[in-house]
Amino acid sequence: MKALVAVKRVIDYNVKVRVKADNSGVDLSNTKMSINPFCEIAVEEAVRLKEAGIVDEVIVASIGPKEAQEQIRAALALGADRGILVQTDEKAYPLQVAKILKGIAEQESAEIILMGKIAIDDDNNQTGQMLAALMGIGQGTFASEVKVEGGKVNVTREVDGGLETVALSLPAVITTDLRLNEPRYAKLPNIMKAKKKPLDEKTPADFGVDMTSKQQILKVTPPPERAAGIKVASVDELIDKLRNEAHVI
Amino acid sequence: MAVLVYAEHDNAELKKATLSTITAASQLGGEVHVLVAGTGCEPVAQQATKVVGVSKVICVDNAAYGHQLAENVALLINDLAGNYSHIIAPSTSNGKNVMPRVAALLDVSMISDIIKVIDSNTFERTIYAGNAIATVKTSEEKVLLTVRATGFDAAAAEGGSATMEKLDDVQDAGKSTFVSEELATSDRPELTSAEIVVSGGRALANGENFTKYIEPLADKLGAAIGASRAAVDAGYVPNDMQVGQTGKIVAPTLYIAAGISGAIQHLAGMKDSKVIVAINSDPEAPIANVADYFLEGDLFTVLPELTSKL
Ligand SMILES: Cc1cc2nc3c(=O)[nH]c(=O)nc-3n(C[C@H](O)[C@H](O)[C@H](O)COP(=O)(O)OP(=O)(O)OC[C@H]3O[C@@H](n4cnc5c(N)ncnc54)[C@H](O)[C@@H]3O)c2cc1C
Ligand SMILES: Nc1ncnc2c1ncn2[C@@H]1O[C@H](COP(=O)(O)O)[C@@H](O)[C@H]1O
Repeated sequence: MKALVAVKRVIDYNVKVRVKADNSGVDLSNTKMSINPFCEIAVEEAVRLKEAGIVDEVIVASIGPKEAQEQIRAALALGADRGILVQTDEKAYPLQVAKILKGIAEQESAEIILMGKIAIDDDNNQTGQMLAALMGIGQGTFASEVKVEGGKVNVTREVDGGLETVALSLPAVITTDLRLNEPRYAKLPNIMKAKKKPLDEKTPADFGVDMTSKQQILKVTPPPERAAGIKVASVDELIDKLRNEAHVI
Repeated sequence: MAVLVYAEHDNAELKKATLSTITAASQLGGEVHVLVAGTGCEPVAQQATKVVGVSKVICVDNAAYGHQLAENVALLINDLAGNYSHIIAPSTSNGKNVMPRVAALLDVSMISDIIKVIDSNTFERTIYAGNAIATVKTSEEKVLLTVRATGFDAAAAEGGSATMEKLDDVQDAGKSTFVSEELATSDRPELTSAEIVVSGGRALANGENFTKYIEPLADKLGAAIGASRAAVDAGYVPNDMQVGQTGKIVAPTLYIAAGISGAIQHLAGMKDSKVIVAINSDPEAPIANVADYFLEGDLFTVLPELTSKL
């Protein structure tokens, strides 16, 4: 069966984010961009399913600017087989992304669709659930374990109270949590090989999707700063401050 | 038109995050209705009728909803959607699982994790792990939201008198089944609603040290226990204790971080706490930038001393 993995190009998680002075957004000029960490976990899981003989082809898709090719290539270097870039310079909102991914998943007859639980730029945590709804299939969100057996997949999910396991019929959408796996590092020969793997280019219109969202970001502001704190020299001083200054114990 | 709140509960008790969501709902204009879907969930629906600000509770009691499988619950909410201008839920793992699915069924966009209502179409939410706050406006006719509980006070749990409607709407999508769960049990306060949280990080070095150093302090303070991702990844404590961008968001009166460096993803989950204490052997640790009180020291000596002197 085929696995489809959706990867988003986002600011690297190590970069300190700065809000633009005119409050129009976040300054992304000259910042390091990477695969969203959760998408990287999704790629790793798909590659492991291939190595286990369950999946025969891993297709990676990204919706975004031309430069998102870099993230697709990075996924190919981790072991994915081919890529699809759906190129757009418009901001990609979850509903539109889900509609495009549905088009790809159906075209490819993907049986397992792996994605991140959240993209660390917009922090939406929506796209996988939306895709599953649009396709009318099951969803295993926030996965920390995935077991494919006999036309079904058992997904263990990280939920507020602990862990929950659900069984889904295939095809299904799975969104990854941090502890599903630890992605490998791409080795140099694989990075070289990835350059030759096929990468198709498409547009949202190819899937009949209009990228316009009914949402609009009016402004982006820095969060309120916390007033600077103090250093305390001893446990006694700490207790005194908590009792008599902060009044919290 | 009215606002529908999808309640978070465990078939026995209405969760506090629902009360915060009801507060957000009452800022949207229109009546507030609460949907309690579950198995044997009528006691929860009864509790919901008493919450101040709620005018109607819809109770749907069926095995299909016992474990809140998103495939089933989303179909149910989709059936009810016609009557509502807004459909909102707490940003719990369950709300996050179900609501985007409903949005897609309705072919509308959704706004996650709001921290403030500006008006019925405009909201504030954090992006980039809390490094920025976006003001988002939507022109959808139906507005779907999840609500960050720490952004809104809890509505009063007693004093209201809503009507209750029992509804028989069985939706089994047949795509998913519940297999099993491993839920943490603890006599301590629940992490996201505790007044005091004591969290430990990688420096604890193992699970036994959580028991030996963090638990006694938490017991003394009547606190919940949290952890950094590093402590969870290393298996010192279970995943439900993770605080952060991708874990739980907490804003207690007092947050004590022991042996946690203060990575941005951790700060995203706790920097709205009223008072932050950090105990760290490294005076340069980034947690110092948000701590009201920073005690430089070895947690293995500081924590026992603190526990015994309280
Ligand atoms: C996509 C993504 C999502 C993430 N989500 C989260 C999240 O939700 N929550 C989260 O917490 N992290 C998250 N992280 C991880 C985060 O980036 C950090 O790696 C993590 O928070 C570090 O945990 P820590 O502070 O316990 O460990 P470290 O960073 O290793 O810090 C340990 C600290 O302990 C101090 N120390 C050592 N020994 C002692 C001692 N004896 N006494 C006192 N202090 C001592 C050290 O000085 C150091 O400051 C995420 C990362 C990514 C990439
Ligand atoms: N523009 C995009 N291109 C490809 N995948 C995406 C895109 N946006 C979101 N996704 C996928 O959806 C997941 C969740 O994103 P979000 O719902 O935006 O938090 C990501 O981890 C990706 O797997």
